[in-house]
Amino acid sequence: MGKWDWQVFFQDTGGGQTYLQWLMSAWGWTLSVALLALVIALVVGSLIGILRTVPSKALSMFGEAWTELFRNVPILIQLLIWYHLVPEVVPPLKAVSPVVLACIGLGLFTSARIGQQVKAGISTIPKGQRYAGLAMGLTLAQTYRFVLLPVALRVVLPTLTSESMNIIKNSSVAYAIGVVEMISFATQAGEETSMHGTMYMGATILYFISAFAINRLAAVVEKRTRLAGALGGK
Amino acid sequence: MLNLDFSFLTWAVIKSNIVPGLLYSLQLTLVTMVGGILLGTFVALMRLSSKPWLQRVAAVYVDTLRSIPLLMVILWFYLLIPTGFYAAIAGSYGVDHRPELAAVITFTFFEAAYYAEIMRAGIQSVPRGQVYAGYAVGMTYAQCMRLVVLPQAFRNMLPVLLTQTIVLFQDTSLVYAIGAYDFLKGFLTVGQIYNRPDEVLLPAAACYFVISFSLSMLVRRLQSRIQIIR
Repeated sequence: MGKWDWQVFFQDTGGGQTYLQWLMSAWGWTLSVALLALVIALVVGSLIGILRTVPSKALSMFGEAWTELFRNVPILIQLLIWYHLVPEVVPPLKAVSPVVLACIGLGLFTSARIGQQVKAGISTIPKGQRYAGLAMGLTLAQTYRFVLLPVALRVVLPTLTSESMNIIKNSSVAYAIGVVEMISFATQAGEETSMHGTMYMGATILYFISAFAINRLAAVVEKRTRLAGALGGK
Repeated sequence: MLNLDFSFLTWAVIKSNIVPGLLYSLQLTLVTMVGGILLGTFVALMRLSSKPWLQRVAAVYVDTLRSIPLLMVILWFYLLIPTGFYAAIAGSYGVDHRPELAAVITFTFFEAAYYAEIMRAGIQSVPRGQVYAGYAVGMTYAQCMRLVVLPQAFRNMLPVLLTQTIVLFQDTSLVYAIGAYDFLKGFLTVGQIYNRPDEVLLPAAACYFVISFSLSMLVRRLQSRIQIIR
């Protein structure tokens, strides 16, 4: 596994930065890609989850098809398609950085899973609540906005912890389309210095720290958004 | 520009380039599933044992592997397994197929962490009375687990275990990182030979989709059948 020396992190890469700085910027890319993808996944996923529960055959079919499509193709192939194929079909995307494509690809991949959880969250709400909303004269959109979603999204929240962890882990696949995140750092810096083990360890430790931080953050968020009256509520 | 003419994908080309990759991906999935469930059950039993140090060891194992990406784990195993090991277990075949063998070992240990959590939930879903009943008829702990608890846990969790296996099948494409010759690599190789490196991603995606989708349909049917029997 080559030599082992932590001092290597303070060496210059030859590009005017130390390996430590490179690692930190790679960590930054990992987290940025994950965060942006999570935002996309939440927005699109909620929408898909809603579509799958509305009383319209066509819309719920669309939601279903979306979910199956993005769930059944490996994330690596999806990202390769976003990087190599989609810009050929949509030329404006050729000027877009791979980071953005990685966020879109990862976001849509995750949206299928979040959509499934949102759908499950909405289905756990007794049907009476939907009828009550409609009977009071709320439109369907208002019923979702004021009655169903506030409950459903909070029911779904705990599962989002594991989705956020997953999205950080899955962001590693973006190395395959040239995003300089931590896997890309680990392999390249390992090659350059022949100290693979040291470089891998640096990246691995930061993955641990990220996972731990999300765990803590999620605990706080869950506590603050707990549903009054539900099990584990206030 | 895109050229969607896939006539270069003749059966001869598929047979010599893609089928070996598909077979490897399927083998990797199956071996990992069997090995991972066995090892995972063992880890789950450790985690539920009454000995605190066993619980600790199992918890560290599971939590460690679950908080780092599979790609990182693949790179670590590839780095850490000594070259001599491949020759020792498979002779010259092993030396020629380092990435392929490394992936089997990596995936088994990695997926065991995920299967372990599923099996733990399964074991915990078995009513406590079953264990008491086992002890009451004079079974030892091992007999009680093997003959009473584990069969029920396994059965309760079968759909979840299989769903995890579908995820595993998709994840096998990540052996890309160490260059093992799998299903995806088969397609990419053909793409390179016929100078269609980008377009070939479409049939690759379609194949993975068809396999994963039909497997998940099967799991869904199995799930409803199991529910009726219970």
